[in-house]
Amino acid sequence: MLKHDTLRNVLYINLSKKSFQIKDRSDLFEKYIGGAGVASQLLLEECPEGIDPYGPDNPIIMAVGPLTSLYPLASKTVAMFKSPLTGNLGESHAGGRSAVSIRMSGYGAIVIQGASERPCYLSIQGSKVFFRDASSLWGMGKSATVGKIIRANEPSSGLRTIMRIGRAGEKMIPYACVTTETYRHFGRLGLGAVFGSKKLKALVVSGKRSIPVADQKQYKDLYESIFKNATESPVMKKYHEIGTPVNVIPLNEMNGLPTRNLQATQFEHAQTISGEEIAKNYLGKRLACSHCPVACIHIAAIREPYEDEPFFYKTSMICYDYELIYAVGSMLGGSHVPGMMKLIDSIEAYGLDCMSAGVALAWATEAFEKGLITEMHTDGVRLVWGDYAGYQEALARIIEQPNEFYQALAKGTDFASSIYGGQDFAMTFGKNEMPGYHTGPAAHIGYLAGARHSHLDGAGYGIDKKIAANKSITAESVASELLAEERWRQILSSLVICFFARELYKPDVIIEALKLSGFEYTEESLRKLGEEIHTAKFRFKMREGFSFSNLRIPGRIYETPCTAGMVDEKFVRTALETIRKDVEAKIYDCS
Amino acid sequence: MRLAVIDSEKCVGCQCCMFACTRMHKDSGLSKSCIGIKSAGGMQHGFLLVVCRACDDPPCARACPENALILRKGGGVLLKADKCTGCEICRKACILGAVFWDDANLKPLICRHCGYCAQYCPYQVIRLEKEGKKAEAANAQA
Repeated sequence: MLKHDTLRNVLYINLSKKSFQIKDRSDLFEKYIGGAGVASQLLLEECPEGIDPYGPDNPIIMAVGPLTSLYPLASKTVAMFKSPLTGNLGESHAGGRSAVSIRMSGYGAIVIQGASERPCYLSIQGSKVFFRDASSLWGMGKSATVGKIIRANEPSSGLRTIMRIGRAGEKMIPYACVTTETYRHFGRLGLGAVFGSKKLKALVVSGKRSIPVADQKQYKDLYESIFKNATESPVMKKYHEIGTPVNVIPLNEMNGLPTRNLQATQFEHAQTISGEEIAKNYLGKRLACSHCPVACIHIAAIREPYEDEPFFYKTSMICYDYELIYAVGSMLGGSHVPGMMKLIDSIEAYGLDCMSAGVALAWATEAFEKGLITEMHTDGVRLVWGDYAGYQEALARIIEQPNEFYQALAKGTDFASSIYGGQDFAMTFGKNEMPGYHTGPAAHIGYLAGARHSHLDGAGYGIDKKIAANKSITAESVASELLAEERWRQILSSLVICFFARELYKPDVIIEALKLSGFEYTEESLRKLGEEIHTAKFRFKMREGFSFSNLRIPGRIYETPCTAGMVDEKFVRTALETIRKDVEAKIYDCS
Repeated sequence: MRLAVIDSEKCVGCQCCMFACTRMHKDSGLSKSCIGIKSAGGMQHGFLLVVCRACDDPPCARACPENALILRKGGGVLLKADKCTGCEICRKACILGAVFWDDANLKPLICRHCGYCAQYCPYQVIRLEKEGKKAEAANAQA
């Protein structure tokens, strides 16, 4: 790391004591680069074993990397915490202006400990940290309104991030998200509930500064080539034009689009909810994260009349992505696009993770259909595939929790199904609700064995396409491919490079960029580090009780056709066993 | 030559122009940027571009008690750094907020209308123009 790089500074904030200090943690950044690498070490340091995820001891850790603010697309913040949803490793990434603002404020990472006595928000302005009263923001209906008020009360417009929670976070719903810049999220695994448990309504970070580089000329040359690739390369085109929903049609065509709680993988209305159709009829605006020329954020403009007042209209600007269209579109059997968008808008206003919320509603719909739950449980709400009015009613009750059923559903699909039954079609992996790919065994092995139980851990859907073309691929080779990819992705997420840009940031580009920031790596040493970071995460997971042998696999995945044919249980079990052996051997080696 | 805002509606808020400006100043990060992109009261409302309009009769220059801002040929001003005392009066005089501030040297950052930032605008929101059309700098608060 270069001498004057402020990346080394970690800001430790204690909400109980209303105190803060800045520590030089060059030791961590020199060894683990930043992002996921540094955050996983800070988590091991700061999170005591076996704690209650809602307790004051659960730390919120956010980390960025050396390339942030220097190069395009190194624009993610990695958050780590103990997840209230899984009771284990919580890791969630978000873009917006979060990463650039943290770096520009002069930090490589921020650690938030303790809990506030009353609602508060934090404003971090370089070396100053203000503890603001947020009593009057608590309980506010819309997360966007909270943003508006804070925006008016804090300096440095354009140079700041405003992360906040909605009512879901306040109510400590374990799949509550943290929203940043209106449309980006630390979506998965319940960071919003951890904010809520600390009575932390929002976190504002701002600043501007210089970041040193070893050689200006070489830096500008490298920047030029990365920028050119980001704007001209065909691999970025799909994110740029239609955005992630470009996946709806191909996944549907290849039998991979989870439909009606994964009872099917082909949706008869896929065309209607496709990225192409939505862009044609509703796309109102496109946005970008700070320092990303790609602008993958797609916003639909939905205009609706007020029923009781003629000539009054409301136009809502609603952000949509593939995973959202899957979770509250095909997964709920819904094809009425304005209805779907309005459900997304409500989920956004409450501050819930849209993927978990959609999957929870999908399980509830099937449980209702099968008679496991009745209108008595649902407080009179009829849950019917594609009926968005009913889903809005149910969603409001997940927040309000008028009875035991909604209290259970608010704890997640895994928990609700453990009480009301239907575990075979409770689509969670490691207690995390499933992403939108039923492409084959590799996707599911990835959700089960990935450190975050996310489709982004090892990109199994890509491997499934290979399995579809070549049935002789073994479970062992799938396991090792998933592991290799997840380990390499530890490097990307330690550099906080957006995974969409993984094809731009090949090892040689990363090595050169790191060199200009004073880090010496070879491809071999990077891969070794990726393995170490992956192992560190699993050390945390095992410490908190994760076990490959206890993983619940919903039977549904073996029943519904997928891209690769049918998912074979033996194949999945063999691959999991291979991964278990590999991971456990590494943990044993290191300890 | 003047930097012109062609269509702020097409701005996606990527801020690549801001990073480019600091690079133009042989630095990296955002410390030296003379252009600002901020949301117009939340991302759903699009963006405000804070850009020097290269005024013909610039209030910043009129306000400077040290005559450190001299008129630039083609509009706007140039900074005579050796005369500047860092009093910030110019900053207050520009109601667009287009006089940016160098926190390290405590002096104003003045757009030179070089057009380097426009080369990094992926959506042709800004452009270096020869004559006429002035930058449609919009700003709500300084």
